[in-house]
Amino acid sequence: MDELTLKDYLRETNVIQSRLVFAVVICVALVAILVLRLFYLQVDQHQHYATLSQDNRIRLVPIPPVRGQIYDRNGVILAENLPVYTLEVTPDRVDNMDSLLRQVGQLVELSEKDLERFKETQHARPGFEAQTLKAGLTDDEVGRFAVNQHRFNGIELRARLQRHYPLGAELVHVVGYVGRISEADLGRIDRAAYRGTDYIGKLGIEDRYEDVLLGAVGYEQVETNAHGRVVRTLARTSPVAGGNVHLNIDTELQTVARESLGEFEGAVVAIEPKTGAVLAFVSNPVYDPNPFVNGIDAKSYKVLRESSSRPLLNRALNGRYAPGSTIKGLFSLAALENRRSPEYAVFCPGWFSLKGSRHRYRCWKRAGHGSMNLRDAIVQSCDTYFYQLAHSLGIDKLHEFLTRYGFGRITGVDLEGEPSGLVPSKAWKRRVKGQPWYPGETVIAGIGQGYTLVTPLQLATVTGTLANHGKRIRPRLVHSIEEPQTKIRRVSQPEVLEKVKLGNDQYYDRVIQALTDVVHGQRGTARRVGQSAEYRIAGKTGTAQVIGIAQGARYDEKKIAKRFRDHSLFIAFAPVEDPKIAVAVIAENGGSGSRTAAPIARRVMDYFLTGSVEPLVPPKSKITDLRDGRPDQT
Amino acid sequence: MADPIKRDEFWHLDPPLLAGLILLCGLSLLILYSAGGEDLSLLLRQGVRVAIGFAVLIALAQVPPEALSRWSPHIFGVGLVLLALVLLVGIVGHGAQRWINLGLFRFQPAEIMKLGVPMMVAWLLTRQTLPPGWRDVLIALSIVAAPVLLVVLQPDLGTAVLIAVSGIIAIFLAGLRWSYLLLALAALAAAGPFSWSMLHEYQQRRIVTLFDPWSDPLGAGYHTIQSIIAVGSGGVYGKGWLHGSQSQLEFIPERVTDFIFAVFGEEFGLIGAVLLISLYIFVTGRGIYISFYARDTFSRLVAGSLALTFFFYLFVNVGMVSGILPVVGIPLPLISYGGTSMVTLMAGFGILMSIHTHKKFMPK
Repeated sequence: MDELTLKDYLRETNVIQSRLVFAVVICVALVAILVLRLFYLQVDQHQHYATLSQDNRIRLVPIPPVRGQIYDRNGVILAENLPVYTLEVTPDRVDNMDSLLRQVGQLVELSEKDLERFKETQHARPGFEAQTLKAGLTDDEVGRFAVNQHRFNGIELRARLQRHYPLGAELVHVVGYVGRISEADLGRIDRAAYRGTDYIGKLGIEDRYEDVLLGAVGYEQVETNAHGRVVRTLARTSPVAGGNVHLNIDTELQTVARESLGEFEGAVVAIEPKTGAVLAFVSNPVYDPNPFVNGIDAKSYKVLRESSSRPLLNRALNGRYAPGSTIKGLFSLAALENRRSPEYAVFCPGWFSLKGSRHRYRCWKRAGHGSMNLRDAIVQSCDTYFYQLAHSLGIDKLHEFLTRYGFGRITGVDLEGEPSGLVPSKAWKRRVKGQPWYPGETVIAGIGQGYTLVTPLQLATVTGTLANHGKRIRPRLVHSIEEPQTKIRRVSQPEVLEKVKLGNDQYYDRVIQALTDVVHGQRGTARRVGQSAEYRIAGKTGTAQVIGIAQGARYDEKKIAKRFRDHSLFIAFAPVEDPKIAVAVIAENGGSGSRTAAPIARRVMDYFLTGSVEPLVPPKSKITDLRDGRPDQT
Repeated sequence: MADPIKRDEFWHLDPPLLAGLILLCGLSLLILYSAGGEDLSLLLRQGVRVAIGFAVLIALAQVPPEALSRWSPHIFGVGLVLLALVLLVGIVGHGAQRWINLGLFRFQPAEIMKLGVPMMVAWLLTRQTLPPGWRDVLIALSIVAAPVLLVVLQPDLGTAVLIAVSGIIAIFLAGLRWSYLLLALAALAAAGPFSWSMLHEYQQRRIVTLFDPWSDPLGAGYHTIQSIIAVGSGGVYGKGWLHGSQSQLEFIPERVTDFIFAVFGEEFGLIGAVLLISLYIFVTGRGIYISFYARDTFSRLVAGSLALTFFFYLFVNVGMVSGILPVVGIPLPLISYGGTSMVTLMAGFGILMSIHTHKKFMPK
């Protein structure tokens, strides 16, 4: 080992050692960085990350509540929940959604609508939640899918409850239906309350009482692993079933009323005057609500929408008709209230005309009624008398009087979308049409023609008000709401809206007497329906013109197309001594009130008061034993 | 400044280093039991690897440094051929190819280079008197670059980085001039955009999401986010062995391999993590100590390079798990589950022990 080598060795050692020292310094700095970072994560930000790790593993899985059921007044079930098989997809657990849908589509029929709806909900709901792909699988499909289930990830067959309306079409205009929650619905509802629920009330009681029927969603707090698999359940909040809704409707009465309407389009509304309970609420024609639950196909919907008989229209609630002569009872009250003597006589030559005008307003009896006092005018429905009466009172008095009884205003029934109808006045015409009021318009308003529009529900309600001597009671479809667990029922009390005070309560007696004579008097326009009645009825016929009849022309039913024929109306309550039912009937294009509408009303009252009428086809349904809530077949 | 030489050593082992390694391997089995879902067969396989690793360590400790120095060009050459071979097979078989199947076990030629490159660099540079001139530096750099390029093409970015680092550390320790170093750093900065374009898209995404992992929480950022949540939620004391929800419920991806430190941090907290890092510092420190007092320049360079590369492993892995470095496939040395890297590391420590225990026979 020579000196040079030794020198080199020392030099090299120096170089490397100094570099090593430098590297150690770097290492110390790097360790400091690591430790500081760990300190930041594990001490400074510990709370934050602890929360995140909790959120990672703990998931709230909604448990949908059981929707409340709907019953009629006798416990007949109108809306129930049936178990059906549904296919549910958890998007987070699916690797390739398109291929999954394609493969499942080979086993189970997936319609365009199913796929479209699924895409919608996929956007609106969190991906770790199961979302319905298809509801209501057939037994075949269930079998085919069950055999192949192992091939798929993230899709499951589940038994779910689905709304079903056992009576089908019969009560669609009352009960309505539920449907899948749409994107529009999502905008207005509290999404948290609907987690795990696919359906929402769309129409009728299902819509109006949505908050009662829905119930409260339950939650299961589960621990899941990174793949979304539930490892264990940590806590559970049970869902609260929705309240059961009991209606005032008597399903058999409803069926009797609808059958009595037969082929006529129209409406029958029956109300218990003392309580406002709606006993029957018929709009004809009807349609089956069941296809709407999972979304009706476009073709069927088009048929319904474009049908000339307009089945989708709820005539009882939304139909607006000229009241015709049924309004004469109220106008008689108006006459008495305005101090016209009941014995004041008007001569009817078969027409009425205004001073200085040659226009003749015809009475329905072309030969004329001769001298008519108030009672005679009601009983024989003399138009001339009421032309004259209306003319002498003036439109604004009539407007005010009708409005006091509730025409031109909503009744406040427990359904959505009720129209107010129309009671014209001078101010109304100026405001809406920008025209002055003509005296001739007052004249025809006297027999319920012209601008005046009422709904069948309004007619029945006002008839009940008449029976109540002016006590206006809010009509109600729902009788009570039942807590499903405890079976405790909350009964809704009759709500008196107003008592229409007249100068003398005897005015009512007088008019009701005259209305009774319409049915039971020898010359009454509805005397045919009064024959052989076991109870006494107060009623009023009405015939509402659909088209104007030219001066001098005759209305000849046989020559007029059916859709231009007069509407047939009848209002009545019975028994006169102790009114238990008030009825309004409108048969579109049914001709005269006495011939078509009055017999329908009679059948309805017969069924309700004497039981002598039975439905031709009894409504099929399960009668639910209210003690344990379990349906059994009858 | 003389190190007390234990003349009676027969096994050529260094007890402090050995103790550190045994502790690390023990911890590996402990945390693997938890991270692997209490899978005993996984533990058994790791145990076998540890055993093989120690066997290789003991075997290499017996080989004197002169022999290693002599073998360096051969090891390097064989490694380079195997790397090229793997690449060719990979081209035929499509996709990433890292393995050579030797029937009994599979084997990654890139692992050879983790030792072969620093040895080759040290062998080359010690032929002249240190510090090296610019020509030697260039040759050394190409020795590093050739295998690195082949590994990048596999593509295995993590291993390529480790090989490059081990070679560069050796050049640095040999006394690379500071001016060259600064020049290289400047060149690196200039080449940044170019090398960026050379990266695979998934690698680019990993680097981008490093700066904002939450921008793609279910995609490229998922690894980092879940790992940070695991570490952060561990707190000071940790959630306890087998009780880390992020680990046990499989939220941490690759939790038995590259991200095992996240499991450790979650279950043993800051205290456990710092203790673990201390253990690594001890092992690294012992390696630097060995290098510092090595007998010859070749040994000094190889020992220093191996020790510092070991530390680099730790830093990159923990930095990656704690979200301050991009996700590159670098395992936590000796703790992560995995075959070849364990054996290679043990071989490296065998070389360190050989260097430390063969001092009494002076050359020439």
